[in-house]
Amino acid sequence: MAELPKTHAAAARPLTRRQAYEAQVRRRSVTIAGLSTAAVILFLVVLIPQAPGWAAVKKSFFNPDIFAKTFPGLLEAFLLDMAIFAWSAPLIFILGLVIALCRDARSPALYPVRLFGILYTDIFRGIPVILVIYLVGFGVPGLGLPRPYNSPFIWGTVALVLTYAAYVAEVFRSGIESIHQSQRSASSSLGLSHADTMRYVILPQAVRRVVPANMNLFIALQKDVALLSFIGPVEIFRQAGVYKSLLANFTPYVGAALIFLAITIPATRYADYLLQKQSRARS
Amino acid sequence: MAKLELQGVTKSFGDNIVCKGIDMTVGAGEMVCLIGASGSGKSTLLRCMNLLDPVDDGVILLDGVDISVPGLDPQPVRQRIGIVFQSFNLFPHMNAAENVMLAPRRVHGTARDALLPDVTALFDRFGLVDRMDHYPDQLSGGQQQRVAIVRALAMKPEIMLFDEITSALDPELVGEVLDVLRQLRAEGMTMVLATHEMGFARELADKVCFLDKGRILEEGPPDQFFTNPKEERTRAFLARVL
Repeated sequence: MAELPKTHAAAARPLTRRQAYEAQVRRRSVTIAGLSTAAVILFLVVLIPQAPGWAAVKKSFFNPDIFAKTFPGLLEAFLLDMAIFAWSAPLIFILGLVIALCRDARSPALYPVRLFGILYTDIFRGIPVILVIYLVGFGVPGLGLPRPYNSPFIWGTVALVLTYAAYVAEVFRSGIESIHQSQRSASSSLGLSHADTMRYVILPQAVRRVVPANMNLFIALQKDVALLSFIGPVEIFRQAGVYKSLLANFTPYVGAALIFLAITIPATRYADYLLQKQSRARS
Repeated sequence: MAKLELQGVTKSFGDNIVCKGIDMTVGAGEMVCLIGASGSGKSTLLRCMNLLDPVDDGVILLDGVDISVPGLDPQPVRQRIGIVFQSFNLFPHMNAAENVMLAPRRVHGTARDALLPDVTALFDRFGLVDRMDHYPDQLSGGQQQRVAIVRALAMKPEIMLFDEITSALDPELVGEVLDVLRQLRAEGMTMVLATHEMGFARELADKVCFLDKGRILEEGPPDQFFTNPKEERTRAFLARVL
């Protein structure tokens, strides 16, 4: 970095006191960060293998042969997770928006709608996802529905949609409330109705503003799809369990974790990037 | 008959009484300027005329018809009385042309294509025709405020209210917005302005009203008002701002 100014046209110009000081501070922080990171890694690499059970753990969790053998099967099972995610995400988006609008209903005749919105978000944010999956996933098919309609795919997905829509609705509501009152004033002063103001002025701005927050929820959903394994579908978590029983080895779980990370880390980084861009735009 | 008449208009927010019985008449084609310190009730009075804030007491007559009846549907009245705000309040997710066309499309149900010639002519009238497809954040403050005026005019209002529309602008941009007002004045639009632009008020107003603590303390034609104010408080205010 210290070389950089020389490449400019005004090469002869020496660094100002401030520039020299900042360059020195920068060099020092890079050195310290590098040294401390190296120390921690060294510590872990040297120390963990000293643990008495390391050999056994290495064999049962980080077994390269088993990893290679089971990974393709895990990837294939992960396609089911992707499919469940892909068709529940739009449903969650729509239902979440509807619930958020229910909570925003102002007229007295629509009070039941508003009450429904409040109860809905309270109830489904208050119950653990796994409980909703059990209750809906086992309960509804228990009614004795005819064949395609008793599938755990359908009712498991419904459970996920019901739960996540409550969270997404709250995010939308916070977005709607974050739009400044003056936008409503401007819209009504032109003679637009409440409904048109919401549809053309408030919602388009609110939905855009909460994209990063919603992305975080959808990343969480991506992981929670694995919970459906408890009611039957052989998705990646269940498939890893099958391999574990078959081979008496936990390595397939590590493989499954890596597959999740391959999706969630880029998605989280992208959501962070969007958030940052947004806060820059607003400041 | 006055175009717009206020009789004993009272408005409070909680314990804060903002308008304490205001009487005022605005004749057709007249331009009335409201002046006074911040917090004297100018903005609230304009918002009451547009029915954005309901009055607590008193009557507002538009062409002799009471528009302040509690429970009256405000939408048809707002289409006849346009308002422009200090902070522009353009819709940031729409370009200038969409901002202007939204209300005519939704309220009158006119198709976009049918509106376009009229809207283009309106933009052209105020020197903005090359800015129609710009978004608000691509426009200067002065241009945004002119688009906001065009947006209100697109509803073909009979009266225009302006709430300190130059106060948020850099000094060198004030002129272009005042020129728009001059143009509207020349075309005979009935206007009520809350303003701090004393020179402008003096030059063009038919009547100046001085608001102080929620009352009209003094009113009159600008020549008399600015050269020979009767009230002590008016003189003190003018001494501070002129």
